[in-house]
Amino acid sequence: MSPTVKLLQGNEACVEGALAAGVKFFAGYPITPSTEIAELLAERLPLVGGRFMQMEDEIASMAAVIGASLTGTKAMTATSGPGFSLKQENLGFAIFTEIPCVVVNVMRGGPSTGLPTSPAQGDVMQARWGTHGDHPVIAVYPASVPEAYELTIKAFNLSEKYRTPVIMLMDEVVGHMREKVELPDVPQIPIEERPRPTVSKENYLPYDNNQGDVPPLANFGDGYHFHVTGLTHDQTGFPTSAPAKAKVLYERLHRKIENNLDDILMWETKDMEDAEIGVLAYGSTARSAARAVSLAREQGIKAGLMRPITIWPFPEKLITQYASQLKSLVVAEMNLGQYVNEVERAAQGQVPIKRVLQANGELIRPDTILQAIMEVK
Amino acid sequence: MMLAEKYLRDAMMPHMWCPGCGHGIILQAVIRAIDKAGLEHDKTVIVSGIGCSSRASGYMNFDTLHTTHGRALPFASGIKMANPDLNVIVLTGDGDALAIGGNHFIHACRRNIDITTVIFNNSIYGMTSGQYSPMTPVGQFATTSPYGNIDRNFDVCELAKSAGATYVARSTAYHAPSMPDLIVKAINNKGFSVVEAVGQCPTYYGRRNKLGSPVDMLNWQKEHAVNVAAAAHLTPEQLADKLIIGELHNSSAPEFTEKYDQLVARLQGRE
Amino acid sequence: MGRKFAVAINPKWCKKCGICAAFCPRQVFTHKAGHVPEITAEEKCIGCNQCEQRCPDFAVTVRGKNDESDS
Ligand SMILES: Cc1ncc(C[n+]2csc(CCOP(=O)(O)OP(=O)(O)O)c2C)c(N)n1
Ligand code: SF4
Repeated sequence: MSPTVKLLQGNEACVEGALAAGVKFFAGYPITPSTEIAELLAERLPLVGGRFMQMEDEIASMAAVIGASLTGTKAMTATSGPGFSLKQENLGFAIFTEIPCVVVNVMRGGPSTGLPTSPAQGDVMQARWGTHGDHPVIAVYPASVPEAYELTIKAFNLSEKYRTPVIMLMDEVVGHMREKVELPDVPQIPIEERPRPTVSKENYLPYDNNQGDVPPLANFGDGYHFHVTGLTHDQTGFPTSAPAKAKVLYERLHRKIENNLDDILMWETKDMEDAEIGVLAYGSTARSAARAVSLAREQGIKAGLMRPITIWPFPEKLITQYASQLKSLVVAEMNLGQYVNEVERAAQGQVPIKRVLQANGELIRPDTILQAIMEVK
Repeated sequence: MMLAEKYLRDAMMPHMWCPGCGHGIILQAVIRAIDKAGLEHDKTVIVSGIGCSSRASGYMNFDTLHTTHGRALPFASGIKMANPDLNVIVLTGDGDALAIGGNHFIHACRRNIDITTVIFNNSIYGMTSGQYSPMTPVGQFATTSPYGNIDRNFDVCELAKSAGATYVARSTAYHAPSMPDLIVKAINNKGFSVVEAVGQCPTYYGRRNKLGSPVDMLNWQKEHAVNVAAAAHLTPEQLADKLIIGELHNSSAPEFTEKYDQLVARLQGRE
Repeated sequence: MGRKFAVAINPKWCKKCGICAAFCPRQVFTHKAGHVPEITAEEKCIGCNQCEQRCPDFAVTVRGKNDESDS
């Protein structure tokens, strides 16, 4: 059958992607500009055998999502900056206990209530370091409505495959803009499921490090009688404070992400083959950047676009490598300097970096980025 | 205890609680209740927050979830909602349930979601070495109320009842022999059930308030407990420093996950 | 009447609080502070099970002799 073509908002596309990935549980608390995700799932989930809960706050939402996931249910929540802050403690719990789930943050200007209905990219570092403790994180960021659909599926896939929460950042532009999206009857992207135990119930270890870096996860209610705790634990799941065992856990948590960067990192380039000036941008800013690159090319300037889709883990090697080939690098983001600092670190001084930073609730316009390109050409 | 073999994780024992701590007595009552109620072992999930009391989940040979401070109820709600076939029991402390988790507590009551919550009330934050909690009576001493507590305390049973819980009971560690029956009723109630289990923290609360040995603290519970039937004949003045024990509230109201199932049935035209 | 009970304390779990001894209505135990209580008068046990149910450490077990019940 041919795919259904729909004109959707990014938030709606995210819901379609989640349903295609098999989401069966949503818990959330309303907050602009993410609320449509909750509203639409409240409508859709009961129709597909799923369940929706409006919780008393975002802390509870994150908790409920983790609880639901432990029963073997694909679960998600969606929020914006202030709510994302509230989710952080339990997000850390999910990272540490390795419970798959998807957390969407449709960013607004902030801090605090900020600019609730305006676009911003101020939570980029919060996505990386918002929770406490030393941990890896996966965060993806679409730049268009069709990509919001696809990336939601991929976010679920990554979360299941690596037994970790995956953050999907969006900005208000992507969340609320309407674009044409093809919704295939059967998703084109194969759907991943978390690794399941293959051993007997008696021999099951929820954090078995002899099973590779992503240990199989049993469901609550299936008779495995396993323990999940936010205390540092060994492979049995029971708490330990033995430094040798703690080291094994912390290092495995990092390794399961860092050893799989080829699989986890998604990245798009445009006109980079012969580029002398690279423009790095993500989310809706990358749309302006793409336009700026085309305008520059029209004027005979060899500009190219680099757009990280997986923004965490940081695509360090790629940036180091491009930095060695470019004359200049322009970084544009809707904040006063977050990702650019990481880019600067990865560029290792090989290339001058021009910052196009803006935090006023307005999109960065293509001509602003074009102007920066002209300045460094 | 004979049931220990079946329901406790031998590798985790002996537990971490101090000598004479009431938490072990209350946990034993919980285990007896689970056995008495005949809950299917594989279909029973234990969820706890953070605190000495919340360590209880780790000792129990079930699917167990030791969550974050104050959040056991929303974790448990997610489990129950995602799989209503599971029996979900929450074990929590007075600080965990009513300070940091107070908002979750009233909303779980309001929803009347089918979860049984046992509050291990030792009137103190034990885990963090004895600060006052929302259940520390006025005038009592804690590390953060060195001149006597001026912060009023909750009556959690009244709170639960007014917030919508459909089964509410109170017992004490001294009354361990009768506590399991109250927990069995809580488990059998289709809805949100609360059992306040008053226990003792001899290490911090007892010592700072000069309440004597664990035995003395149990005797205090015995002397200050009044059965709900007897309490009906006493004046508020007579009840001022008393703990009313027994079944305090038992009503019926639509249960949250059942309501959701009905909604699904209606949407699918099956109703 | 006449039923006999076996009382046992698991010394690996017992934390020596003496609650079992204090609430036993028949003085089955002898408890010295800082020691695991001793069962010095098992024959007096009436199987009320209060010691077991108030033991914070799951360390006391009372069994009916010649039957399997957990009282
Ligand atoms: C977010 C957060 N804040 C504070 C703490 C520190 N903390 C751990 S347990 C606890 C109090 C526990 O008291 P209660 O629930 O009454 O249990 P008890 O230890 O008395 O059994 C506190 C404040 C924490 N772990 N997490
Ligand atoms: S500190 Fe208090 S509550 Fe904690 S284990 Fe010791 S006696 Fe029990």
